[in-house]
Amino acid sequence: MYWEPDKECMDREELEQLQLERLQSTLNRVYAHVPFYRKKFDALGISPEEIGSLSDLPRLPFTTKEDVKGNYPYGLFAVPLREVVRIHASSGTTETSSVVGYTRNDITMWSKLVARILVAGGVTKDDVVQVSFRYGLFTGGFGLHYGAERLGASVIPASSGNTARQIQIMKDFKTTALVSTPSYAMLVADTIREMGIPVSALSLKYGLFGGEPWSEKMRDEIQNALGIVATDNYGLSEVIGPGVSGECFERNGLHINEDHFLVEIIDPKTYQPVPPGQTGELVITTLTKEAFPMVRYRTRDLTRLQAGDCPCGRTGRRMSRLAGRTDEMLIIRGMKVSPAKIESLLFEIEGQEPNYRIVIDRKGAMDEVTVLVEANGEPQFGEERRHVGRTVETIRKRLTHELGVTVDVKLVEKKALEPIDGKAKRVIDNRKL
Amino acid sequence: MLRIKNVESGYGRLKVLKKVTMHIRAGEIVTIIGANGAGKTSLLKTVSGLIPARSGEILFDMKEIGKLPPEKIVFLGCSLVPEGRQLFAPMTVKENILLGAYPQYRKKRGDQVGDDLERIYGLFPRLRERERQLAGTLSGGEQQMLAIARALMARPKLIMMDEPSMGLAPLVIKDIFSIVTRLRREGNTVLLVEQNAKAALGIADRGYVLETGKIIMEGTAEELLSNREVQRAYLGRDLDAEGTM
Repeated sequence: MYWEPDKECMDREELEQLQLERLQSTLNRVYAHVPFYRKKFDALGISPEEIGSLSDLPRLPFTTKEDVKGNYPYGLFAVPLREVVRIHASSGTTETSSVVGYTRNDITMWSKLVARILVAGGVTKDDVVQVSFRYGLFTGGFGLHYGAERLGASVIPASSGNTARQIQIMKDFKTTALVSTPSYAMLVADTIREMGIPVSALSLKYGLFGGEPWSEKMRDEIQNALGIVATDNYGLSEVIGPGVSGECFERNGLHINEDHFLVEIIDPKTYQPVPPGQTGELVITTLTKEAFPMVRYRTRDLTRLQAGDCPCGRTGRRMSRLAGRTDEMLIIRGMKVSPAKIESLLFEIEGQEPNYRIVIDRKGAMDEVTVLVEANGEPQFGEERRHVGRTVETIRKRLTHELGVTVDVKLVEKKALEPIDGKAKRVIDNRKL
Repeated sequence: MLRIKNVESGYGRLKVLKKVTMHIRAGEIVTIIGANGAGKTSLLKTVSGLIPARSGEILFDMKEIGKLPPEKIVFLGCSLVPEGRQLFAPMTVKENILLGAYPQYRKKRGDQVGDDLERIYGLFPRLRERERQLAGTLSGGEQQMLAIARALMARPKLIMMDEPSMGLAPLVIKDIFSIVTRLRREGNTVLLVEQNAKAALGIADRGYVLETGKIIMEGTAEELLSNREVQRAYLGRDLDAEGTM
């Protein structure tokens, strides 16, 4: 099943022609309408007229989150505000958030892209879709909502929070597709178990999750606990919101909507393209956006482009599920520590998806790292407690050894690490640097 | 059908087209809209070989035609209905139509010309009625029909029309545009250049907006019609003056 088969299954040559046409017209527009881009292009001595091929892309300057913030709120808009029908902003306090706008055409286009992703994840017009993303400035709620509506599904704008009530709705309204962050899906699964509701009492068939990285193991758990097919989808406010890419039923990489987004994978240190198939930072250029076009936006998300065709028939290249973020490297006592690495180590040791939080404090001149790990069961006593103590010691030794930094590990009670704003908060850095 | 990449051309030292990239798939009606002097006519003249492309590639049916003379391009199946019709006024309607069949004779398919003429008369009954009349005595709308009829005699795969609505009354424009949609129904592919953006987008599948020799927008006709910049600049609508709804 496809939403726009002629676009989703377009042959490569035809696609590249379309991409070049759209890239050139986007560059002509941003150069004419956005002073930020004109100055940047002029400073590099490059004119949009020199871009004659997709391989000329690296000659253009990058755009970073700092650029977006530096042009707060409307500096990067390419149309007058009266043509903007919607404004969103990425998370962060008001002064530090990225403000993005959409024209009427942008909203239509965005809805279609989200509809593609929903269809790839199994949703049809006959489904009841519960959108448990936060509604508001965040693009997740409204993005998925409009896409599901476009598709003709019955949309429940449940927003996030009040999990027990959400489950009640899920049961009574016969929700067939859950749209949320993967950590919220985990919370739903846990809560259902606690409330003693059998999965058979629900009508769920599909789960479409995005907004944060999640592992295969987590997918298995969600799929088993809720009896659904869980697919991953990706997007970010600065580029459009959800709708950049999404998995099909193969669940082997996210098909990029390449007729609307041009992607590059670069080495975040040298800014050079990585060899094909290698992991690097995802850089996105929008090809059709009117209000808020983006030229070579550095997403800071790490991924790679997968080779080969997908059995589903979509020709959009697949990006692998996120391998972390370039800016999430923690510098602890001068050592680079990746939270993703900690997660995979915890997973190896515990044999299941860990719920954890990394807390960093500075005592005097020393950084201290504590990894809080959520316990699986009830608090233990006696002999079992000693066993838990040994596990904690195993984790501590293993992390310290692998990371090269002394790490303290503490076990915390179940549910002590609730998601913040619907997203799992993995790192808390208390250092005043 | 037609794929253009980074085409640049112009007159003398004047560069009119700057890295124009566009395409048309078989069976589509694609329109190019733009103000006077944006380069619309230059683009059609470049594709038909009347002015040379200085750089870039023009692929017609996967064959590079950028360096070919106009007659070769017509032979390959790409015909132009030029701006201002360019008829032979002192010749009859029928003679004008038959001139368009020149490539058919060259291809030794002269025996088909009679059938083609019948088909064209079927499409434009008015021209049959006036086949002995001098082209110069026809009305504007009839002259435009004649120009289209002449181009069709070469059995083009792609027919390019330069401002077919120019100087015509609204009712006649409607006739001409319904002929264009009919041509598409019969399997033709049409590239339509128009200043009358509203009429053109009304029948087109997709469109490009050309501004000072550069393409600044591409999209489905629907998308372009709902773009406010297009509305303001090319559709003569000022939404701010119209109020909110």
